[in-house]
Amino acid sequence: MDHLSKLENQSVYILREAFNKFENLAMLWSIGKDSTVMLWLARKAFLGHVPFPLVHVDTTYKIASMIEYRDRLVKEWGLQLIVGKNEPVLASGVTYPNGKATRVECCGTLKKDGLKQVLEQHRFTGVIVGVRRDEEPTRAKERYFSPRDKNMEWNVEDQPPELWDQFKTDFEPGTHIRIHPLLHWTELNVWEYIEREQIPIIPLYFANERGERYRSLGCAPCTLPIKSKATTVGEIIEELRHTRTSERSGRAQDKESEDAFEKLRRDGYM
Amino acid sequence: MPAPNGSPVTEQLKIVIVGHVDHGKSTFVGRLFHDTGSLPEGKLEQLRQIAERRGVPFEWANLMDALQSERDQNITIDTAQIWFQTARRQYVIIDAPGHKEFLKNMITGAANAEAALLLIDAHEGVQENSRRHGYLLNLLGIRQIAVLVNKMDLENYSQARFHHIETEYRAWLTSIGVQPKFFIPIAARTGDNIASASPNMPWWHGPTVLEALDQFQATHTPAGQPLRFPIQDVYRFDERRILAGRIESGSLKVGDKLLFLPANKTSTVKTVERWSAPPSDSAVAGESIGITLAEQIFVARGAVASLESSPPFELSSFKARLFWLGKEPFKKGKTYKLKLATQEVECEIQSIEKVIDASTLETVSRKEHEIFVGRHEVAELTLHARRPIAFDVHADLPSTGRFVIVDKYDVCGGGIIAPSNYPKRTHDTHNKSDHIYWSRGRVTSVQRELRNGHLGCVLWLTGLSSAGKSTIAVELERELFNLGRHVYVLDGDNIRHGLGSDLGFSPADRAENIRRVGEVAKLFADAGVICITAFISPYRGDRDLVRALLPAGRFVEVYVNAPLAVCEQRDPKGLYAKARAHEIPEFTGISAPYEAPGQPEIELRTDRLTVAESVAKILDYLQIQDSATAISI
Repeated sequence: MDHLSKLENQSVYILREAFNKFENLAMLWSIGKDSTVMLWLARKAFLGHVPFPLVHVDTTYKIASMIEYRDRLVKEWGLQLIVGKNEPVLASGVTYPNGKATRVECCGTLKKDGLKQVLEQHRFTGVIVGVRRDEEPTRAKERYFSPRDKNMEWNVEDQPPELWDQFKTDFEPGTHIRIHPLLHWTELNVWEYIEREQIPIIPLYFANERGERYRSLGCAPCTLPIKSKATTVGEIIEELRHTRTSERSGRAQDKESEDAFEKLRRDGYM
Repeated sequence: MPAPNGSPVTEQLKIVIVGHVDHGKSTFVGRLFHDTGSLPEGKLEQLRQIAERRGVPFEWANLMDALQSERDQNITIDTAQIWFQTARRQYVIIDAPGHKEFLKNMITGAANAEAALLLIDAHEGVQENSRRHGYLLNLLGIRQIAVLVNKMDLENYSQARFHHIETEYRAWLTSIGVQPKFFIPIAARTGDNIASASPNMPWWHGPTVLEALDQFQATHTPAGQPLRFPIQDVYRFDERRILAGRIESGSLKVGDKLLFLPANKTSTVKTVERWSAPPSDSAVAGESIGITLAEQIFVARGAVASLESSPPFELSSFKARLFWLGKEPFKKGKTYKLKLATQEVECEIQSIEKVIDASTLETVSRKEHEIFVGRHEVAELTLHARRPIAFDVHADLPSTGRFVIVDKYDVCGGGIIAPSNYPKRTHDTHNKSDHIYWSRGRVTSVQRELRNGHLGCVLWLTGLSSAGKSTIAVELERELFNLGRHVYVLDGDNIRHGLGSDLGFSPADRAENIRRVGEVAKLFADAGVICITAFISPYRGDRDLVRALLPAGRFVEVYVNAPLAVCEQRDPKGLYAKARAHEIPEFTGISAPYEAPGQPEIELRTDRLTVAESVAKILDYLQIQDSATAISI
């Protein structure tokens, strides 16, 4: 069995565990390559079906074509979509693009709190999230089944043991579990799999006529494209095999302070 | 993570880095990444700047110790994973904490690895966790171990010092049955013998760490092992029942006759299901697939499919070696949850043979009334599960030979099943049940309630005489009982011996009989029991009266429907013959009416369905209704 099949089989196993163990289960779909691959893996696991809703936390600052792409796939694949927006904060205008909040504060309200509101409203006890260990050092410490307390906080110093695919599926009322089926994939693996499976990916990842492409997708004001000539999945794979630049280098909010990302994640960010 | 040579690789090996706290594990990983050109651009500069800003010396360890609290204390708290690549393959490096307090994180890291690098500080020498980690690696089944004697720079790169540590630690490993593949002298901080041979240790002619890594073997599940396919879930997509799971060992193909344990049923593989994949009639170890069966039997999560020629053991007691990580000790007399593959069952300690301090191999002495395994201790013990489970000895088939123990909400321990003279599975389930289902007269009502995990209800089987009500009822009862449900059958013939012995077969007497049965069934349901009734109960009005006695959703009418001609032909008690001969008055279907249910919850055409299929249909219904009604089964 090749490495992609191994990765796929492990992710399918995790998704099936999650579906068996959580009655109120949802999958976060950021429209990016990772969560779209995760969605594809869900269809693998459930034989063409996606038996739980997808949640998109919309900051309203997303790149416009992301929303078009999202709505097209929802229709084509027959998906159930819940869109979460932090309406009070958006109404108050206290955001980074308005110059009234730092980037990290803005992520905290629009993404983290936006997610919290959706989880509370729908009483989700299991949330499937497409983070990977190779993305960023605090994510490298994650578990496949990672508990969050009543305030969505991640107690990273006291994580549950996880061995032999026996996951934490028992949890106190009021807490929830983040499930990370892509944890063991690398950025390169994701693209190799997209190529093998011919998964339709949003074209923002491919180089435009100005020789720029997005390597990681987020909100328009905080996400910068990279210089690239890669216009096909194959060319992206070739590019990644030779690069030494980190994937999130285009994500400005990570760089506000040394532990900016760790703080966001401890508080419940994805 | 980039590949230095940019070539595609398809092999991956997971390596865990273990050893005593401060023996340089995270530093080693940082250096390994730097020396193999695997660090992202700017990462080194970023770490140097951070160190400068904080006014602390630069540490290679900060690459892996991503948490602020880890950098503040200069220790690794949690396990982390990063990737790098050589020409041979991709490596997943799992950094595990060395502090005893974080042993559960070390085990989490190590349990996922295929090989291990164990670091020992040349200056401090072999320490408590050097020994404990060696012991646990062996227990976790990791056979490929290289020992790196680190910080050789602090010992003037002394060959004698290296040999001293090698001799001492090799003796320890030998005493626990481990053969290390390599001992290598290194200096992580300066990169000696990591990616290139050290000029400081010209006496060393062995491999560098990088060369040693490439000599490890990636684990492959050997072909030709016995099939183990634990059922993870049952889906009802597209009008089909699909058993989902991952093949843990062996292989299966369409047409194979599978034995499901502990359910003890057989059926044949009809199709192998995958989505958006090339069609194939077979599947091998490691594949997460679905299958459909030719004969519809009831199988749920937890059952393990095998071939009849090589089944797993199926018992409620087994011997194990266990490590305990819980803050509370693992105590005799307390009930825990055991998870093995997809099986979950309540269990308790039957006996503890030995508690061991894994850093000294000394037996921990306990007072006679204190039977427990404490935090970070290892034990040899016998566990008893509340019902039989399917398992293998770890040395034969690892994935069905290991388990974890859950205390309340948390995984608190893990273990591997030790060899013993376990009796082989016998084919006669009925004989076996005597010693399997044990009960002791000291179960409190609170325990019963916790254990039930379901509410009571009434499954009301109605239909003509000989339609199959009693046969299905008895089989359904056995099935539900096996599934751990509290269940009891009220059978028509039996009730008429006692509760209804004063009643005849007139419409009025029949109505009274059904009323009494209905009341009794209601009491059973109130007591939390799933009550199955098997009565002809020919009048719709009588059945509706019973329905009205019970809360909505707790009365399930099952129409056991076979044509009169079929029933008459079956006639095991010769009743139809007697009725035709006018020897029995008011016989339903012949001389008395049968009012078929208008909208039964379930209809079973028993002229077309086998008993097993009929039972499966009822069980299916109860599961489907799981969230819609209060019946949780």
